[in-house]
Amino acid sequence: MTRTFLSRNPSVLWFLLALALFTLAITLMSEAYGSALVSTSFVKTLGKTLCLCLVALAMDLVWGYAGILSLGHMAFFALGGYMIGMWLMYARTEGIVVAALANEVLPATAEEIRQGIASQIFGVVGASELPPIWAFAHSLPLQLMLVVAVPGVLALVFGWLAFRSRVTGVYLSILTQAMTLAAALYLFQNDSGLRGNNGLSGLQNLPGLDQIPQADLSIWFFWASAAALALVYVGLAWIVSGKFGSVIRAIRDDEQRVRFLGYSVEGYKLFVFTLTAVIAAIAGALYYPQAGIINPAELAPIASIYLAVWVAIGGRGRLYGAVIGAAFVSLLSSWFTGGRAPSVNLGVYTVNWVDWWQILLGLSFVLVTLFAPKGIGGLFDLVQGLRHPNRHGTALGPDDGALMEKEAVE
Amino acid sequence: MSNLKCLWLAGAFALTAGAASAQDTIKLGVLHSLSGTMAISETTLKDTMLMLIAEQNAKGGLLGKQLEAVVVDPASDWPLFAEKARELLTVSNVDVMFGCWTSVSRKSVLPVIEELNGLLFYPVQYEGEESSRNVFYTGAAPNQQAIPATDYFLDELGVEKFALLGTDYVYPRTTNNILKAYLMGKGIPEADIFVNYTPFGHSDWSKIVSDVKALGADGKKVGVISTINGDANIGFYKELAAAGISADDIPVVAFSVGEEELSGLDTSNLVGHLAAWNYFQSAEGEANAEFIAKWKAFAGESRVTNDPMEAHVIGFNMWVKAVEAAGTTDVDAVRTAMYGIEVPNLTGGVAKMLPNHHLTKPVLIGEIRADGQFDIISQTDPVPGDAWTDFLPESAVLESDWAALDCGMYNTQTKTCVQVKSNY
Amino acid sequence: MRATFAALLAAMFLLLPMAAQAQTAADILAENRDLVEKSSRQTIGPVIAALTASGDPQALTLLAAWADRGLGLRKSDGAFFLIAPDPDGYALKSPDGTEAGTAARSEIVELRPNAGVRGLIATALVEFQLSDPDRRQREAALVSVARDPSAAHLVPLRASIPAESDPALKAQKQRLERLLTLRFDADSAARVAAIQSFAGDLGLDLRGALNPLLATTYSVGTGTLPDGANVARTLRPGSDLTMDEAYALLVAADLAPARLSRTELKAALAANIVDGAVAGIPLTQLDTPQARDRAYDALEAAGAVPAAATDAEVVAAVAAHRFHAIHAEPDPAVTTAATEVLEGIELKLAAMQATDLALDALSLASIYFLAAIGLAITFGVMRVINMAHGEFIMLGAYTGYVVQLYISNYTLSILIALPLAFAVTFAAGVVMERLVIRHLYKRPLETLLATFGISIALQQLAKNIFGTQARPLTAPSWLDGALVFNDIVGISYIRIAIFVLALAFLGFFLWLMKRTRLGLEVRAVTQNPTMAASMGINPDRINMLTFGLGSGIAGIAGVAIGLFAKVTSELGSDYIVQSFMTVVVGGVGNIWGALAGALMIGTLQKGIEWLNPSNTLAAQTYMILFIILFIQFRPRGIIALKGRAAGD
Repeated sequence: MTRTFLSRNPSVLWFLLALALFTLAITLMSEAYGSALVSTSFVKTLGKTLCLCLVALAMDLVWGYAGILSLGHMAFFALGGYMIGMWLMYARTEGIVVAALANEVLPATAEEIRQGIASQIFGVVGASELPPIWAFAHSLPLQLMLVVAVPGVLALVFGWLAFRSRVTGVYLSILTQAMTLAAALYLFQNDSGLRGNNGLSGLQNLPGLDQIPQADLSIWFFWASAAALALVYVGLAWIVSGKFGSVIRAIRDDEQRVRFLGYSVEGYKLFVFTLTAVIAAIAGALYYPQAGIINPAELAPIASIYLAVWVAIGGRGRLYGAVIGAAFVSLLSSWFTGGRAPSVNLGVYTVNWVDWWQILLGLSFVLVTLFAPKGIGGLFDLVQGLRHPNRHGTALGPDDGALMEKEAVE
Repeated sequence: MSNLKCLWLAGAFALTAGAASAQDTIKLGVLHSLSGTMAISETTLKDTMLMLIAEQNAKGGLLGKQLEAVVVDPASDWPLFAEKARELLTVSNVDVMFGCWTSVSRKSVLPVIEELNGLLFYPVQYEGEESSRNVFYTGAAPNQQAIPATDYFLDELGVEKFALLGTDYVYPRTTNNILKAYLMGKGIPEADIFVNYTPFGHSDWSKIVSDVKALGADGKKVGVISTINGDANIGFYKELAAAGISADDIPVVAFSVGEEELSGLDTSNLVGHLAAWNYFQSAEGEANAEFIAKWKAFAGESRVTNDPMEAHVIGFNMWVKAVEAAGTTDVDAVRTAMYGIEVPNLTGGVAKMLPNHHLTKPVLIGEIRADGQFDIISQTDPVPGDAWTDFLPESAVLESDWAALDCGMYNTQTKTCVQVKSNY
Repeated sequence: MRATFAALLAAMFLLLPMAAQAQTAADILAENRDLVEKSSRQTIGPVIAALTASGDPQALTLLAAWADRGLGLRKSDGAFFLIAPDPDGYALKSPDGTEAGTAARSEIVELRPNAGVRGLIATALVEFQLSDPDRRQREAALVSVARDPSAAHLVPLRASIPAESDPALKAQKQRLERLLTLRFDADSAARVAAIQSFAGDLGLDLRGALNPLLATTYSVGTGTLPDGANVARTLRPGSDLTMDEAYALLVAADLAPARLSRTELKAALAANIVDGAVAGIPLTQLDTPQARDRAYDALEAAGAVPAAATDAEVVAAVAAHRFHAIHAEPDPAVTTAATEVLEGIELKLAAMQATDLALDALSLASIYFLAAIGLAITFGVMRVINMAHGEFIMLGAYTGYVVQLYISNYTLSILIALPLAFAVTFAAGVVMERLVIRHLYKRPLETLLATFGISIALQQLAKNIFGTQARPLTAPSWLDGALVFNDIVGISYIRIAIFVLALAFLGFFLWLMKRTRLGLEVRAVTQNPTMAASMGINPDRINMLTFGLGSGIAGIAGVAIGLFAKVTSELGSDYIVQSFMTVVVGGVGNIWGALAGALMIGTLQKGIEWLNPSNTLAAQTYMILFIILFIQFRPRGIIALKGRAAGD
């Protein structure tokens, strides 16, 4: 224990350095603070990508380190977005309503303002009452608290129930998927009080900052996302490098054995599950003001599966792997589906990437799972010569789900 | 990491370089999903736009310049609509956009085009309650589709009890709210209005169909007004046919079922059920015959035409006229020139752009034929589109007039502009 | 617009009776050309009446032809013709029945009366058709009477009964006669007798006839009731109707002033601003409802605004009046009899509704079961998470669609499609097992990811090949329609077919697992592969076959689901989560478990739908929430394996 945290984890330094350089470079090329080489919409894309990297970190902790394949973390991500979105919508609408009512002869009553806000926000979906869940929407601090509290409590309750009854492995995955589906279906209902399928929109317009151009706002959010990513990265690297990290890796490899050693497996799992849900929610709260709109389609079960796929492709069980996976796949995805990838003419058939990208992506999951379980991150082992001896492993634990020796990274 | 960065930078350079060249064309953005769930509907509209642009270029372009389509794919992903709209306006520098289908996608794009003062032509029937300075709504507002269809039910079919079935999203919700208020104003008691919402793609309709059938227990004539969206209709109509409900017993009028949706099922059991649109492929007239012929030549013999396509045709022709009148593609100049512009629509008659950014359109009601087309059995005179419905108390006092009042949400009681930006 | 119509209508009424006697049907049509050409239910009534009253034998032919789109208008001179499709366009007949040559399609406007007008024509024709020698005509007349009963039909209907030769039609006529009697007969005793004759009947038409008799309107007054009022019940404000409703009735009857709304109050205050204050209260202070009320009270005291009803006045006004529900039907004997009959069937009706709901639930359960049974094999027995299971269902459905493209006989095409779908998905399953899954038996979580990759690839491939649009998969005509027990309980044949198919697969699965060599080997391999291998069983082969089998059944399920719903590339993803839940809830590794799971999910969903009929989405949400909770308390499902077979 003589060496410092950073010297034991040189990858953290490298990561921070790369992230700082990247942020600086983009800032210098942005429309707001630099040479305008990079358009505002691209800055937004990059900012959103950083948020996706952040949620991928959470996924890596819960799956790559603790072995819980949660197919519900994008639900926490979206819930975080919804919570911040409520304040953004409320505050922006309040400004409009107060300005409109100021034109009237009599000063507006509090009731009239509330009514005005409600019919502005919910007129679109055919209601005019502010639902009770909007009770805190007028206050930024309260709503920020909810960003953390709502997904956190949901994860805590769900996790407590699930881990308590020893639901593990694929059953847990299916259960978390059902949870996401239930949340999505709930939000799809118009009566849910969050505007149903329309969701919350206009989130890119920050209340009170009407005069500031989006070019500036986009860079600010980009910085915030980068800062959050850096902080969480360092925090998680610190957590997993200590004793806590060893325990959760042990749970991943053989839950029974850890339990027999006297650790409270359920407590550890619950902590990790809740912590990562909160990280996902924070990522979501940073993501959706950049995206501008959130609706229940964001909670679709497939989004969470994609999250797992990013981590798998990037290389699970190592934090930088998750970041690389999320950034690589999501940017590549938007490049291919954006119609900018050149079509390949095979003579008899022209491969149009908009149509074929999904197939390529799907097959690449299969190939990565079969042949490169370490993902892209595995390449770093090759480069650094740190490759672990290829032990033709037996299973590390008695369960079917236990890792094989050769996959165990540390 | 650094390799990746190079890739991004290269991308960014490519984008800006693309924008710098080609200043001698007029650019039109086409913002329709080419992948994802909405691709089926929206791809057709993209093709329509490409056809119209090619045709205009063959005529010599506009203001002496050629038109250039910038096609992007928002992939049925609502946040991506906003992102792509920003890209079109700031990176590709388009002068006008034609796009969107769902209300969510429109609401996603609104803040961006209002911030950057863009111009969007939106071609789909929608729930109203909106009028943006930067959007021209060439599809039907509720009073151009839902209300006339309901009148037809009341007056022509003598329906006394209504089942409002819809998919659970904003268009059916708002439309049904308006219809409920309208029907109650017509003396239909609330107890005689049954409302049901189902999820997208719903397939298990037996319970709902038997609920509708049971509505007839008090001896009143029952009619169904359907705002069921997309392929959920297939299961619904199959169940109706299986339950032996004919159009004479319980007529169904649909607002989202067109030629395309019907091609997914066998219509022989559905003959006589209704749909209300502003355009049907079966409309007789030279303009329509010519358009269908051009479309088939451009896109293929088996393709059908539909209502939103007509809306794009009208929108595009209006924009061309307005640009010619204004002599520039500047958004504000074109916007001012748009008001009052008249172009012929494909079903005969003319469409006129009103200062509330909506069109005058005739309402057509068609009965489903066994071949999947519609028999037009009723056609009204052109109805001016109403941005704010007269049948909901909060909206009845609102008015939109961008020409005289320069406001899309003007309260006629307090005589003030509630807000200049729109409600999203 | 409406005024013109009304004027026109009045003119018609004045003109027609005089003209009718002397005119032929053709003249009437020609005279009312505009009305006929743009026919509307609102205005066409007199024309139809004139036609039927004209006595011209051609009138009926013309009316029937008109309703049947057999009437056309020549564009050049506006003359009417009976038209029939012809190679040249239309074959024409003039209204008096003589041939008039042919005309091109473009010269003739085919008249298309809307359904409302067609209904009126059918009603007008009824009295002539009831005794028509053609059975179909008589049947059509009865349908029309049933759809639009009117007092005028009663006499001709009664007259036609004795001569009716067809026993089925006779029974129908007698029933209709009783239904018309109870509504329209002048004799109270006959009506009561007709009503009582229906005791215990569940028909929708009966309830449709009785309920309007019992319709009520509210009446409000201070003292005695109007003479002859048939009182259904007396209403007490507070319990039978709320205070607000009661007061609204008073306002509607002009017995009390309307209450002041917030907007009106505001307008009244705004109209009385003097020097920046209302009734002495400065404007800036008027930002609470209480302050505004005070200001209004002050204005009211000063007489500047009309008095508004206070809460106490409302209570007093409501208390001073009596509220009744009055039957529209004046005859108490009839309403009493109708109430008795309806109350008599209440319980039976509820039982039937429950039965119908149970059938719906059973049908939904069989669909879920069918979708999940393949999964019960691959996941339940082999413990392989196959996220592409849904896409195998989709593959089966598309196979059905492709077969129908080539074979137009629907019965034959389904018979071919079922085994072919099995073959296609069996092959797909085997290929997938060989190439991917067998490498991942030890890593179930990664099977999930890999098969998910295959799932999105297959889905996109289907989109590329078939497009995103729904494709038709049509059931043979003998599966059209529904098995109807009575007007409440009914189930479509296609759902029965799915139910039978699900049962067949349950039987097949049980037979295969318990009675065949393959089943024995499958059970051996799943329980202990090493031991099974040492007994001479080839686990690789068994795994491959089992997986193929599960996939193949998914393919057949796809055809069935495509028949009753739709065929799209997203068909599979609609069912995958529910299928997994079915298996997990039921209990993994046991086919009875999957059955129990499907039953539970189906019943739950329909039960919640019944509780909240206006929101099907909510039913799905709460169903899933319930299942999540259920699994927390029974993690191994309804039917949990015990002992060694449980695996862990």
